Amino acid sequence: MSCALLLLLTSLALVMGTGTAVEIQRPRGVPQSKRQFYEENKPFTCLDGSSTIPFDQVNDDYCDCRDGSDEPGTAACPNGSFHCTNAGFRPAFIPSSRINDGICDCCDTTDEYNSGATCQNTCREMGRKERESLQIMAEITKEGFLLKQQLIHEAKRGQEDKQGKLTELQGSKKGLEGKMEALRTVKKTAEDPEKEAKERHLKSWEEQKELIRMEKDKTRMAEAFLELDDDADGYVSVAELQSHLELDPDSDGSLTETETQGLLGGAGKVDTSTFETVWSGIKDKYLSEVSTYVMKTYVIQSFPYPKGSPGSGRSNEVSIIRFENANVCTLLSASQSLICGPEFIWICRNLEKEIGFDFGPSAEFAYLYSQCYELSTSEYIYRLCPFNRVSQKPKFGGSETNLGLWGQWAGPEENLYSVMKYDHGQGCWQGPNRSTTVKLTCGKETVVTSTSEPSRCEYLMEFTTPAVCQEPASLDEVLHGHTEL
Amino acid sequence: MAAFIVRMGPLLVLWLAVFLSGTWAVDRGNFKTCDQSAFCKRQRALKPGQSPYRALLETLELTNTKLTLQLINDNNKVRLLLELYRLQGNMTRVKINELKPLKPRFEVPDVLINDPPTEPLSLLSQDENGVVLSLGADSQWLIVSAKPFRLDIMEGREVLLSLNSRGLLAFEHLRIRKDTQVDPEGAEKKEETDAANEPAEGETAKEDGMWEETFKSHTDNKPNGPSSISLDFSLPGVEHVYGIPEHADSLKLKTTDGGDPYRLFNLDVFQYELFNPMALYGAIPVMLSHSAQRTMGIFWLNAAETWVDISSNTAGKTVFGQMLDYVQGSSETPQTDVRWISESGIIDVFIMLGPTPTDVFSQYSSLTGTQAFPPLSALAYHQCRWNYNDQEDVAAVDQGFDEHDIPYDFIWLDIEHTDGKRYFTWDPHKFPQPKDMLQGLVDKRRKMVTIVDPHIKVDSSYKIHNEIRSKGFYVKNKDGGDYEGWCWPGNSGYPDFTNPEMRAWWASMFAYDQYEGSMENMYTWNDMNEPSVFNGPEVTMHKDALHGNWENRDLHNLYGLYVQMATAEGLIERSGGVERPFVLTRAFFAGSQRYGAVWTGDNTAEWEHLKISIPMCLSLGLVGVSFCGADVGGFFKSPSTELLVRWYQTGAYQPFFRAHAHLDTPRREPWLFGPENTALIREAVRQRYALLPYWYQLFYHAHHSGQPVMRPLWVEYPQDTATFSMDDQFLLGRDLLVHPVTEEGGRGVTAYLPGKGEVWFDVHTFQKHNGAQNLYIPVTISSIPVFQRGGSIIPRKARVRRSSSCMEHDPYTLFVALSPKRFAQGELYIDDGHTFNFDKQKQFIHRRLSFANKALSSRNLAPGSQFITPSWIEKIVILGASKPSKATLKTPDGKENLLEFEFDASMSVLTLRKPGVNAGVDWTVVLQ
Repeated sequence: MSCALLLLLTSLALVMGTGTAVEIQRPRGVPQSKRQFYEENKPFTCLDGSSTIPFDQVNDDYCDCRDGSDEPGTAACPNGSFHCTNAGFRPAFIPSSRINDGICDCCDTTDEYNSGATCQNTCREMGRKERESLQIMAEITKEGFLLKQQLIHEAKRGQEDKQGKLTELQGSKKGLEGKMEALRTVKKTAEDPEKEAKERHLKSWEEQKELIRMEKDKTRMAEAFLELDDDADGYVSVAELQSHLELDPDSDGSLTETETQGLLGGAGKVDTSTFETVWSGIKDKYLSEVSTYVMKTYVIQSFPYPKGSPGSGRSNEVSIIRFENANVCTLLSASQSLICGPEFIWICRNLEKEIGFDFGPSAEFAYLYSQCYELSTSEYIYRLCPFNRVSQKPKFGGSETNLGLWGQWAGPEENLYSVMKYDHGQGCWQGPNRSTTVKLTCGKETVVTSTSEPSRCEYLMEFTTPAVCQEPASLDEVLHGHTEL
Repeated sequence: MAAFIVRMGPLLVLWLAVFLSGTWAVDRGNFKTCDQSAFCKRQRALKPGQSPYRALLETLELTNTKLTLQLINDNNKVRLLLELYRLQGNMTRVKINELKPLKPRFEVPDVLINDPPTEPLSLLSQDENGVVLSLGADSQWLIVSAKPFRLDIMEGREVLLSLNSRGLLAFEHLRIRKDTQVDPEGAEKKEETDAANEPAEGETAKEDGMWEETFKSHTDNKPNGPSSISLDFSLPGVEHVYGIPEHADSLKLKTTDGGDPYRLFNLDVFQYELFNPMALYGAIPVMLSHSAQRTMGIFWLNAAETWVDISSNTAGKTVFGQMLDYVQGSSETPQTDVRWISESGIIDVFIMLGPTPTDVFSQYSSLTGTQAFPPLSALAYHQCRWNYNDQEDVAAVDQGFDEHDIPYDFIWLDIEHTDGKRYFTWDPHKFPQPKDMLQGLVDKRRKMVTIVDPHIKVDSSYKIHNEIRSKGFYVKNKDGGDYEGWCWPGNSGYPDFTNPEMRAWWASMFAYDQYEGSMENMYTWNDMNEPSVFNGPEVTMHKDALHGNWENRDLHNLYGLYVQMATAEGLIERSGGVERPFVLTRAFFAGSQRYGAVWTGDNTAEWEHLKISIPMCLSLGLVGVSFCGADVGGFFKSPSTELLVRWYQTGAYQPFFRAHAHLDTPRREPWLFGPENTALIREAVRQRYALLPYWYQLFYHAHHSGQPVMRPLWVEYPQDTATFSMDDQFLLGRDLLVHPVTEEGGRGVTAYLPGKGEVWFDVHTFQKHNGAQNLYIPVTISSIPVFQRGGSIIPRKARVRRSSSCMEHDPYTLFVALSPKRFAQGELYIDDGHTFNFDKQKQFIHRRLSFANKALSSRNLAPGSQFITPSWIEKIVILGASKPSKATLKTPDGKENLLEFEFDASMSVLTLRKPGVNAGVDWTVVLQ
């Protein structure tokens, strides 16, 4: 009868080091911490106090205690647990039902002492691997945490900057309004146009303006090309351009492949020289990926005011206005369109929106704003644009599917910023709208590492970023916090 | 999985637009009513009355094995041949065919396990009105009346059953299609011969759908013309009839007056409705009748579309009316009349005369065989979902069960695991290393099921398709080309499983070197085998499609049986005949029990669907199919947490225990509903695992003797009329009574505990209750009421592990529930759990456990058998006991050991500590 074999076997653990082997005796499956309750040859009281039994009924393969404490080393109790020492790795408790079930659960093989299963002691190997991976993790955390500090710093500056810009924009709007008022007055009173002077001046002004404009435009074009060329192969491709929804010719909210190709003049991709012609077609709509507002404000500020215009001694505006009434009108309408036009409002709104986002406790996630990260699988390209949207596009043709729009931070209470939720994506047949959960883990780089669809139309994305790296505990602490013995 | 839901993209868009249009319930319009099925309409138009059939007594011939006799239809002079057989085991077979059909009519092959052995009939008397035959045993007679033709089976002076007593025998003989241009004279002549029940041919015939019939956009060409058959049966003294699955209806069949008959026609019904007689996935044309005096069965062996009408002279009566009859001594005895109508084939009916329910089960299984004895693990818990997405998903779910300490044995892969719905293949991206995945399960002593459906993608780069096509194994369309229809893979062919060569080839495809990536721990699921054809009439195959010489019309209901038969054979063959197969099927017919398990198809996550799972599986059990289950949680829609928990608790006590969910539903693995619900589900599954020894023993009996595993109460209490309509509770074997909680927010149930003078013990509390009472039992969410019969002994394994294989060598705990007379009896069956060695080499242990005279003993029930088990007796729990002064264990070696024991006086429970004796040997425990 097998139970005879099970009677109170003691396990041996050798403590290495001084050369003296110390024998620790305890009933099978009992952790060191509970050793004291199992005293040989004394009646054993169930740990819940429910009853007391002779010691020879401990580990005799029959369950006497309601809490299972009399059978720490056998599978007799339905609610018992077995302690594996796992020297070299981490000790563990396993449910009693896994003792002698033919499956190796403890790396020290102690759970399979009578099942015929052949188990290898893998504790040392596992310990080594764990230490290695902990070490790697710790290094990542350390570096990641440094990066995070940088991000926080940048975010702070960026935030102030943006607030400043917004204030400035709002201020310049006011200023422009004031100037417009002035212009209107000037327009009323302006007389005696000096036609010839005006023409001459106007011509040179235009030339100068054009020159500046071309220069700026070239810079912008070069910047745009570099930005667009995601894979840095020296070409801008359809796919690379396609994310720029603002270029959509029919403004239906989606930029199809055909439309994009049209923008590229029918080509699949263009190099820098061809891009010049493409650029002229898209520059008016093009929004920079990096820092939209900087570009835009730059353009606005640099637009119509050449320095050193004729009529010295007067302010530029006034001198121009004095040349020609019509010019006053042009300026008026230009100013008006600047401060009342959709672009200006859009910029202001975006700035306000961005400033209003919850970018984490120290705004460490701010750098993700208006960025996009892609992951290519065998069938799809997944694209995560943090704080904006998640989408999926078939690799081999077909239209993009919206997997969810930014919803909120959705981590557990103690770690709210570990999960992002995107919802209200494209609807599913007879199902919910698509949604995506993005799990954030600490990493040196900002990368989408995996995507899956665990449930129909509910996507899961793994995303690494330094922004979630926690202040690292010292490596020693990490390594020793987990080991007994 | 199944029914038809979209995820096939453009392929199905058109189909969806037509069939679904966004609705979320069965579209009845897709399926025929009797009125829309031409032969049913024609047949049902015939009213009871004088039968035109007359027996030509001068043609009577009596041999050792049978009596033959010609019948003539006096209206059209067409002659029929009647064959009567007395079969061993108290059965009578009645066969009626045309005497000289234009061409052979279909007779169902492969369903009977052999040519049923006959007993001699003897002629007792004969005159010009008829003949009287002795049926041998029990003073039973068969009376053949000549004019009109009628058969009565009598026992003593009592009529047990009459055939054609209402004159509804109707046999549409095969005929040559006549030109629609009929000259007036000819027409007149015809009228003389063709009578009222013989519809005129020609133009009217066309209208009657005799030669062509259109349903929705589908036209059914009928080159053989009308061929339907019908016969009525009267059952005096009978008020309760059961069986003829598959219908989502109550256990007791309802009368069909004023509605449609029950329909038997294997169909893939999308989101089926409850409590109606519509056809579903399977068909078993067997009806049981039961009264306090006798149980009988009618087995109508016909595989064509069949409709069954039921009427009763008491059904319409109110309770008051019945009382009045009783008080006034009304002479009218209750009677149930049944009428069977089939589209083609012959009349071949087996009358099983009982008289007990057990007898009827034995009789039916002597004809069609018994339940396949499944591998033990197949009786454990199955985790399924449409779909487990990839290998990582499978590994994660497997890990989830371990993390939450919930046992399971099988994880299932639905159609998405294949490479583009090409069965026998794997999606190369999602399942690149199937053997690694299967080995991972082997390491946990667990198993897998993959789906293999019978529709084959028409794709010249698909090996299976090419072979079937080149061998000419596909079903043909009426014009002789390969029949094609739409199913999951798009355009698909349907292998002709009625062809034995095709089946042999199919079976060979399961060999390990043919089915790449398969391993010993991988089993099979046959879905969509009605067959489902998305763009076919009623979502199935065209009736004029050809299986060799026969039309699908003739054998439609057999297709699913053949698919499962060939698949099960494949699994047996791949192991060299050693291992028992496990195959789940959705479509089935009489005899399907021999090949594996059946589930109730694509149900819905609603309380009513949980409720209906009980009568649906009870009905199947009555007609041979014990291995039945419903998708736990419900396939369509998403269950509330409470419903899911209740479904697990119910499913744990139903034979086939598998959770399944539709692709579009949120995930519902047991641990996704918070720790409390995880614990509730864990407990339900653990109860199942602890009881596996009893389940296994019940299935051994089902396999051995055809007794159902899950039984209506009346089977064990045949005289207790209170049980006759009961289908909210059931018995497992004789000894466990289960009353699931199927009401939302249920705080209590009223269970009926049968058996005057008997007692029942609550298995959770050990509380004793008297039999023959309605008992209100308060319930919590933690469990459902289950009772053990006083007088029974049930073996359990209390050490629940992560799979049934892990528990193989574990010790047993015996639960001895004493009867009021302090008696109890039970069994213990043990074998290796997965091979045929129990059968071929008698390698098993079968023991009788009995408690009498204060002694519990174990004795060998099968002296010729041998098997060695390491399992031992861990504990004996005696319910309803008194406290002994000592307990002594006596073993065959003459040793006597005193056993320690504990006695709980409040519940009268005696627990004997650790007898420790091997489960395979003789022993006795004496209480003093």
